[in-house]
Amino acid sequence: MSDQEAQGTAETGSRPVRVFLVDDHALFRTGVRAELDHAADTVQVVGEAGSVDEAVAGIGHYRPDVVLLDVHMPDGGGAEVLRRVRPTLPEVVFLALSVSDAAEDVIAVIRAGARGYVTKTISGRELAEAVCRVAEGDAVFSPRLAGFVLDAFADRPGAAPIRDPELDLLTPRERDVLRLLARGYAYKEIASELFISVKTVETHVSSVLRKTQLSNRYELSRWASDRRLV
Amino acid sequence: MVESVRWPGVAAARTGDDPATTGSAHAPLVRQRSGRVVGGVAAGVADHLGVPVLWVRGVFTALAALGGAGVLAYGLLWISMAPEPADAPSREESSTERMQGIGLAVLGVGLAIAAGALTGTIGRWVIGPLGAVLVGTAVVWREADEAQRRRWLGSARSGVAGALMGGGGASAVVRVLGGVGLVVTGMAMFLLTKVDFAAMQSAVVAVLATLVGVAVLTVPWWLRLVRDLNEERRARIRTEERAEIAAHLHDSVLQTLALIQKQPDVPREVLRLARGQERQLRGWLYGPSGYGRRGPEGEAGAGAGPAGNLAEAVATACGEVEDAFAVKVQQVVVGDCELDERLVAVVLAAREAVVNAAKHAGVGEISVYAEVEPERVQVYVRDRGKGFDPEAVSEDRHGLADSIRGRMERHGGKVRLRTAPGEGTEVQLEMPRSRNGAKSAGKEARR
Repeated sequence: MSDQEAQGTAETGSRPVRVFLVDDHALFRTGVRAELDHAADTVQVVGEAGSVDEAVAGIGHYRPDVVLLDVHMPDGGGAEVLRRVRPTLPEVVFLALSVSDAAEDVIAVIRAGARGYVTKTISGRELAEAVCRVAEGDAVFSPRLAGFVLDAFADRPGAAPIRDPELDLLTPRERDVLRLLARGYAYKEIASELFISVKTVETHVSSVLRKTQLSNRYELSRWASDRRLV
Repeated sequence: MVESVRWPGVAAARTGDDPATTGSAHAPLVRQRSGRVVGGVAAGVADHLGVPVLWVRGVFTALAALGGAGVLAYGLLWISMAPEPADAPSREESSTERMQGIGLAVLGVGLAIAAGALTGTIGRWVIGPLGAVLVGTAVVWREADEAQRRRWLGSARSGVAGALMGGGGASAVVRVLGGVGLVVTGMAMFLLTKVDFAAMQSAVVAVLATLVGVAVLTVPWWLRLVRDLNEERRARIRTEERAEIAAHLHDSVLQTLALIQKQPDVPREVLRLARGQERQLRGWLYGPSGYGRRGPEGEAGAGAGPAGNLAEAVATACGEVEDAFAVKVQQVVVGDCELDERLVAVVLAAREAVVNAAKHAGVGEISVYAEVEPERVQVYVRDRGKGFDPEAVSEDRHGLADSIRGRMERHGGKVRLRTAPGEGTEVQLEMPRSRNGAKSAGKEARR
């Protein structure tokens, strides 16, 4: 993603998106805060937490729009925060932030309810864009997450039979969108490549997110159950 | 930027060990150190079952009335239950509770004796000598338990005497000697009253009695020996694991940090070192074959011939370009398969495309996407840089023509190019998957 697409930030309106940071590394929180301060007109960091308990308390207190959530933390990690906060505050949106390359970690936190996943090496400006996008209700798929999801839904020998075609299969269009995402295309570029509107791209991505969270296909549920999430 | 690193295997093993994280509803069955009256068995059982300790003590007391079954059960549990770790949190116990416990213990022993006397199920000799042996043993074991805790705290290591006394001071010595005295007296009484010495070799009986006495008195020590051995083995495994991780971090991360400190003024070099190190560490932590086991991959797997997997080869190729040109190559691979001659060609062509982008596009980030499908493999190399006019490329530039297009077409693949000045560049490579890769083996070697 680059300067060619700033549509995410432009449409957020006057009030900056209120962000809460959760990461067990204080140094990393400081870094993210400094980077997001450059985009202070669109994103405002209202609080931060270094542990699961602090995070649950802080999110309850500040009621942020978006929580930037580290996947790996002691005491259950990001998935535990999601499990404890979502029942009481369903309107808070979570964006996972991780250094992990392990597909199961990423898929697990998505299935626990995060609206997207970005890697920690993301630039401050891209992070601000991603925050704004999830705040508007869209999903944020980094190229890597798109790759993981394509892999998880792939028809390979030994995969579980499809029980619910509505949830267990990606439509060809959704597959196309994911492929382009994995190739590093921005939403706008995907739209012009597939001759559809940006809004339609967003709809497809949200639909893929929903399927990733709800499908019970073998790979997805195995990843989740390995992590004791089911 | 500090990033959290974790060892997936180690973490999983740890959560498996730890009863707190497995969410088990029951506390482990261990003898309590704090709040114990005799051996901490009742408190441990109560904790394990989640019932008040008074109930458990009551049950033991009631059972004691049934021919001493409660006393026997208590003794057996005492032997078999491990003591809780020395660093376990201590519990509060009121003095009333403690008095109740002592009262119940005395009552239980009294009931056992009284019931035995009334029913005559246990002979008088049991109440006398055997009772003395039991009480003596209990005193010695209790003292040994206490000594063990002190020993763990002070990490002193000594033999049987140390294990039994454990530096508990004069009172401990008195208690142990008292216990030993009781045991010896009890056994002597038993032998004197029940055994007809004339019928037996008295020396054999004496030796046997001594052996039994020593065995009974040193049971805590034997149990501890076994537990200590296990503990030591676990500690050694942990130490070895730690040493291996430390060695790896020293060889890689610390060296890189030292290099970075030496040239803080060259951001490009710092970036290159940091990226290279990050990739290496990731490979070690999460990689398919793990760091160290990965063979000398060389030129993107080309040197080793058709070996290894596509995903690994793509990752290596991207890493090399990252290192050489200090750019970020974001790579995503969907699916995986074994490399053959054709796929090696695809990887080399893709590498060349990444190199071109790094050299000419003028951007810091390049995306590589590879997808393995049942009948073909596709690789996309994309940048958002300057782009160029394919018609205007001068004849002396061979990269695209030879290294990419020529190589792909020789192996039956296709290349598509999407670019225009200012629009960035995308090189699309497509290669059908072969059933027998040997057909085109010779051509690549000729280059």
